Formats: sequence, structure tokens, C-alpha cells
Amino acid sequence: MAILTLTHVSYLANQQLIIPDLNLTVAANDFLTITGPSGSGKSTLLKLIASLATPSSGEIIFAGKNQRDYNLPKYRQQVSYCFQQPTLFGQTVRDNLQFPFQIRNQTFDQGRVTNYLELVDLPVAFLDKKITDLSGGERQRVALIRNLIFPPTILLLDEVTAGLDRRSKEIVQDLIRQLSKNKLTLIQVTHDSDELRIAENLLQMQAGGIIK
Amino acid sequence: MKQLVVNNASLALAFMLVLVAMIISTKEKLHLAKDIIYSIIRAVIQLTIIGYVLKYIFQLNNAWLTILMCLLIVVNASWNAYKRNPNAHHHFREYLETFLALFISTFVTLGLIILSGSLKLIPSQIIPITGMIAGNSMVAVGLCYRALNSQFRDQRQQILEKLALGAEIKTASLPILRESIKTAMQPTIDQAKTVGLVNLPGMMSGLIFAGVDPVRAIRYQILITFMLLSTTSLGAIIAGYQAYRHYFNSQQQLTESD
Repeated sequence: MAILTLTHVSYLANQQLIIPDLNLTVAANDFLTITGPSGSGKSTLLKLIASLATPSSGEIIFAGKNQRDYNLPKYRQQVSYCFQQPTLFGQTVRDNLQFPFQIRNQTFDQGRVTNYLELVDLPVAFLDKKITDLSGGERQRVALIRNLIFPPTILLLDEVTAGLDRRSKEIVQDLIRQLSKNKLTLIQVTHDSDELRIAENLLQMQAGGIIK
Repeated sequence: MKQLVVNNASLALAFMLVLVAMIISTKEKLHLAKDIIYSIIRAVIQLTIIGYVLKYIFQLNNAWLTILMCLLIVVNASWNAYKRNPNAHHHFREYLETFLALFISTFVTLGLIILSGSLKLIPSQIIPITGMIAGNSMVAVGLCYRALNSQFRDQRQQILEKLALGAEIKTASLPILRESIKTAMQPTIDQAKTVGLVNLPGMMSGLIFAGVDPVRAIRYQILITFMLLSTTSLGAIIAGYQAYRHYFNSQQQLTESD
């Protein structure tokens, strides 16, 4: 059953047609991998799906309802976008992991957060670590669990393993595999040869279109 | 007590001070001579006109004319504050929002001072005080706009991440908004800390010049300090809470930066 359908989606920015006419159907629990050269529209496609950009034409249907009919913050909690080089905010890791609770008007659940920290091999003491003291890999792991503390329906991963150290990359890839096994719908953009080799459902993009 | 006398001859002699600035500009090749002459001519014309206008209004002592003059001050201050907004899109609505911030901050502050009994409802007291309040609110609102713009530019990625996590635009902008309001209020707070120690402000100096006992003059200065804190905080909060929304489109997405 399709959880996400894009019909004749186009996107024009600064008088440049980045995506001319794209159709895509993603089944629930699918793990879709998208690759393609730089500037082929991969990140733009993820941003359109995440409602961080609006299609110039066409429709995006999520769970049977048009994207524009959703309360957008609620939609973004369901269709969660994880950035390639995430920015952490506030002073500490806690500030970042508290944020998903804050936007849902819920009190911080340390037990729940600790479980997620363990999933990405970070100790609970990390909560009070200053964000300026984190390595790139640690930042990415914190950013990833920021998206996962309240599990979304679809997780969009925009080259999240690019530029990570070997250990962080393995931890993040393991987590992604585990999420896929747990039936989370995943759409990832990657150039990583290992990730492309094991991809079950691979799409290639070029000039804003899907070529295979 | 001997009153201060500034006649035309002493003004002409004082013009030598402008010549000092112009000589420095020419010697140091600052290319400011034209600007200095223009600003001086403008200041002299503006002040002469306003001097005669105020004299006429004070003599007439008409409530409606006083209100009109106060409104004119607020309209003008709003226009100047609006022009300081780097994110202005030349929409009348945006000007109205600035006007609202200036109008509320000026008249709430003025109203409270009148209620406290410190001011008499006469044009010679109401108009200068309105100018002082609106002027400070104008500076605070302008500072708030500029701080918002630079923070929205510098922290663009952070806001995008918060939106992507499902935050409302207000939650995503709140740290920036608070920082901008703080920036707008900071000069007034700093001024309050050093008032009397570093500078003797205009109001107090004016009263002392006019022969008022300095102990009485400081009471007015304390009143002014309270007044400025109120007007800058009100102006910055109202303007800031309206202005941050213009960095987003109707789809709650950050608009493209210029």
C-alpha cells in the first residue's frame, strides 16, 4: 500500500527548473535509496516531500491526504527530514533532545532518550555535553536521534553518512538497517558505494527526473 | 539666576565648530564636507521651522492640534523605523505594523506618565515628551529589525532544522526573537546604568540650563529613564513579534534570503 505518492511534481527556483515532472510512489515500510550526480534534484526532492519547499505544480499525497491539507508542523513530525550536515542548537546535547518534547508540549523523558542514545552508542552522560565539544560523527548521531525520539512515519535521510568517520558511519548505517527491519519507511539519498551496493530499492536521478 | 542666552551672533560664532569638522574632513580626505554642509543646512532649516511651529502650537494651546502634532511625530518615527528594516517588502501592512508598535509604545508610556501626574496636559509638555518617547522607540524598533535580519541570516540552518523537526514558526524563531528584543533594549539599559556618571542627559541638562535646582532636575531624569525602558521594551516586543513572521511564507517555510 502506497504511503506516499508524488504526481507530476515540478519545482522551479530562481527561474531554474530543478524538477520538471516527477512521479513517484513509495510503499509503506519501503526502504528507498536515491542516487545521482550533484544538482540532479535529490535533496530538493526530499525537501519537497518534507514540505520544506513547495512544488510549483503537481501533488504530494501522504497517507491518502494532500500535503497542503495537513497542519504542516504536524506533517513534518510524521515525515521527518535529517540533514547532511546538521546544526545542533542551544548549549548542550540535552537542549537538542529536549526540543522534540518541547514542540509536542510533553515533559522530557530521560529514560526514553537514554535508550536512543544507546542505540547510537552514546552514553547518557552525553546529555550534558556541550555541543561545541562534539565531533562531526557525534553531532550527526545526536541529530539523527532528535528525529527519532518520536518515531516518524517516513524518515528522509539526506546523505547522513557523508563525511563521517568510519565508526560513526558504521553506527549510523547499523541504526538505519535496524529502522528498516522495524518497518519504518525510509528514503535515503546517498553517494556511498557500500550503501548503494546493498540498496534493495534503488532510484537514479538525473536533471530532476528519475531515470531508473 | 542667570539664564542661558543664545543670540544670532553667538550662533554664527559657534559655526566655527562646524568649520573644525570640515577642516578635519578635508585634511584627512574623508570626503565628508558635502555631507556636513547638507546635514547642517537641513538641521538649521528643520529646527527653525519646528521652533516656529511649536511656538504657534504652544500659544494656541488647542487639544486637537496637540494630538495631531503627536500623531505626526509617531507617523514620522514609524516611517523612519520601517525604513531601517532590511526585510521590508514595501507592503503597506508592514508599515502599519511598525506604526502599531510605535503608537502603542508611545501612547501607553505617555498615558502612564500623565496618570502619574508628572505631566500637565499642555502642548509645551506633551509634545516634547512625545518626541522623546517616539524617538527612542524608533531607535529600539530599528535595532530590533536589524538584529532579526542578521540572526535570520546567520541562523538559517538552525531554523530550517527546527521546522524540519515539526516546530511551529514561532517556536523555531523564539531564541532569535528574544535575542533581537534584547539587542533593541540593551542601549537603554546601558544608558540607565551610566546616567549621571558618564553623561548628563538632555532633559536634565536642559532643566539645569534653565535654572532648575539639579535635585529637582534628577527627578525628571529618573522619570525619563523609566519612560524609556517602557517604550523601548514595548516597541521592540510588538515590532519583533510582528516582523519575524515575514521571514516565512504561507507554507511555514523560510523565504529565500537575498
